[in-house]
Amino acid sequence: MFSYYLDLALRSLRRNRVLTALMVLAIALGIGASMTTLTVLHVLSGDPLPGSSDTLFYPQIDPRDMDGYEPGKEPPRQVTWTDGQNLMRAKRGDRQALMTGGAVPVQPAQSGMEPFYGDARYTTADFFPMFKVPFLYGHGWSASDDESKARVVVITRTLNDKLFGGKDSTGQTLRMKDLAFQVIGVLDSWRPNPHFYDVYMGNYAAAEDVFVPLSTSRDAHFDHNGSTDCWGTGGGDQEHAETSPCVWLQFWVQLDSAAKVASYKEFLTHYSQEQKSLGRFERPPNVRLPDLMEWLDINKVVPGDVRLQTWLAFGFLLVCLVNTVGLMLAKFLRRAGELGVRRALGASKREVFSQLLVESGVIGLAGGIGGLVLAFTGLWLVRLQPSNYASLAHLDVKMLLITFLLAIGSTLLAGLLPAWRACQITPALQLKSQ
Amino acid sequence: MTVQIKPILSALRRHKAGTFLIAMQIALTLAIVCNALFIIQQRLAHLSEPTGLDEPNIFVVQNEWVGQATAEQVDAKMREDISVLRALPGVQDATPSNSYPLRGGGWDDGIKLKPEQLQDTSGAAIYFGDDHFIDTLGIKLVAGRNFRSEEITSMNVRDRLSPPVVIVTKALANKLFPSGDAVGKTIYLVGGPTTIIGVVELLQSQSVDRWAAGFAYRSVIVPKRLAISLGGWYIVRARPGQLDAAMRAAPKALFEHNPRRVINDEDGILSFSQVRSRAYERDRGMAILMGVICVVLLAITAAGIVGLTSFWVGQRRKQIGVRRALGATRQDILHYFMTENFLISCGGVVVGTLLAVAINLWLVTRFEMHRLSLVYVLAGVVILLLLGQGAVLAPAMRASRVPPVEATRSV
Repeated sequence: MFSYYLDLALRSLRRNRVLTALMVLAIALGIGASMTTLTVLHVLSGDPLPGSSDTLFYPQIDPRDMDGYEPGKEPPRQVTWTDGQNLMRAKRGDRQALMTGGAVPVQPAQSGMEPFYGDARYTTADFFPMFKVPFLYGHGWSASDDESKARVVVITRTLNDKLFGGKDSTGQTLRMKDLAFQVIGVLDSWRPNPHFYDVYMGNYAAAEDVFVPLSTSRDAHFDHNGSTDCWGTGGGDQEHAETSPCVWLQFWVQLDSAAKVASYKEFLTHYSQEQKSLGRFERPPNVRLPDLMEWLDINKVVPGDVRLQTWLAFGFLLVCLVNTVGLMLAKFLRRAGELGVRRALGASKREVFSQLLVESGVIGLAGGIGGLVLAFTGLWLVRLQPSNYASLAHLDVKMLLITFLLAIGSTLLAGLLPAWRACQITPALQLKSQ
Repeated sequence: MTVQIKPILSALRRHKAGTFLIAMQIALTLAIVCNALFIIQQRLAHLSEPTGLDEPNIFVVQNEWVGQATAEQVDAKMREDISVLRALPGVQDATPSNSYPLRGGGWDDGIKLKPEQLQDTSGAAIYFGDDHFIDTLGIKLVAGRNFRSEEITSMNVRDRLSPPVVIVTKALANKLFPSGDAVGKTIYLVGGPTTIIGVVELLQSQSVDRWAAGFAYRSVIVPKRLAISLGGWYIVRARPGQLDAAMRAAPKALFEHNPRRVINDEDGILSFSQVRSRAYERDRGMAILMGVICVVLLAITAAGIVGLTSFWVGQRRKQIGVRRALGATRQDILHYFMTENFLISCGGVVVGTLLAVAINLWLVTRFEMHRLSLVYVLAGVVILLLLGQGAVLAPAMRASRVPPVEATRSV
């Protein structure tokens, strides 16, 4: 029966090519636009560390003076050096890492290769196990390397390819800002999306080129990049960043159970009270402990424009569907005579109804294929854009399936009303007017 | 000539579904199109804001040092670089700075009128510059005086920001001293008091993103060279017509003078038109996208109207024939379909206006948009009514050509 309906549908669609093309085009445009924007949104709002993002937390405390104080206002989004060190030493989490971003001049040993600036992350030992960073060669550094300000460096696969031709470079020397560092590890390809651990470096930035112990970076006078927020007498001074009243470091902690989360929050409140009684903090304790995904929400990591575009695209799809409903209605009712004959020859309402739905399904399938082509084109155009998330815009299998489900589902939905209306035709009336 | 509306309405009552669908489509299209037009206008207005600079002749160099150096050494190297740049034949003037307008980030600070104030009176972008800063950028001094060369000092990043004198923009001066007598007044930067000695007409902030919108055009120029071991920016003004030559000559001369530096191939040297297009890339992209969506939406709606009206015309050939046989002119038939469409469109437009306002109110809460101005709704209404009339024209013409003899045919 289905193949007979399919045959009827194709015949009918062929009979009025312009109308058919118009319907398919409308569906394709709507689907193409929706899927392009939905894919971008899907890529941008993904979980950077699936499986472990719910055990990672970003403590916020308020070390500022009373200048501009409002109760209940969000605490700073970074920590000071002193607080970072205190929280590191307290070791209340299962793992913890203190970090900040920067840029260092890399001086390749090879002749003929000019020095260049590489993005750097200055952090502590737990960074690698905590964020499940994959290693191609070697390993990260240990807490004792942090302690001793060891001149060690972990580099990315890309930099390893560039400087050492992709060979195992552990044990080799890398010169940065006139100082020699020993390569102890090479990362495998790693690009968490978004760049969650430091949203001030660009929300969808690639991972840094080099990773150096935080203590070493201060010792080597490496420059800090990113946001520095000061109050009181702070002047954003890099040389005295350890003592100045400025927040410029990110602190992450891993807490494996709900009980630990609760007790860590308590610890943060106690810590704030303690610091207040010591005279370092002036404000009443104001602590927050968002987990990774909440932290991305707080920072509004997904660009507003992308969300706006998605809404717009779905509005567009809605108009396209209303349009298709209208055209299908016209098409089905125009065939009232033919349907009347079929009904008179014994086809039940139900059979006519499913025949017409098969026809709208065919339009949906064609529209879906067209929409997929348009979505691929749309994503290709997105990738040509200069924004730093552009290169991530790819259609995965899940989105591919959604495309077809959306196309066929919405066209069937659009076909319901016209098909139902066409079934209401009284066969006798149609036959009489013939 | 009058067109009877009553028979049209009673005819429409027999085509409820079709009428409703066209009206719906017009309503949705109107709602989306006028919000899109509004967004386009906002983005275009944003990206055509002036910076105050002599943009066609300016380029910027991002210079990064290689190797360890003290602040004094960095300052000395920076001064040498500036004299190298100023000596180039195509260059009119050059100044070192911590940033430049539209760069996307930089130093911003709170300004207070009294030291004991808890809340800042205004935020402001902080530009470091020497006595050539105003001339290099091509901005206009409207009150007071420029810095004297002996007022320019070096500032280490470890120092607090407390210059004895500053120049501010008119926008900031008006905010701080609405009576217009800013020159000679004392204001408080983060590091202490300072005196305003001059006011420049216009100087855009370092970022035009939303976070910096609160202090757009409110800038402070401090008479300092900021010595950062990482490096900094040189703003260069080429002689008229010599921008390309100067942009080629500058890095060459700098590397000849001192090769221990990095000037990124990709964005180490940017003409100001490149800076501008980078800063507003997103806004331009959004405006283009909205424009394309509007055009396609209108085209689809028009096609829908053509399709459905054609069907109605086909369905009513016999009635049209009867009307023609009874004395209706071709004009009457044409007007019938035009009026019919106009009535449907009016219904759609009324619903669409409400929908447009509703969507806008929702966007205001979610996307920091402004309230929709009624001009855009009106423009959308006119566009859609015209579109409807235009789309219905072809089927209506076809209807008017139905011969009266059709009345006698049975099929």
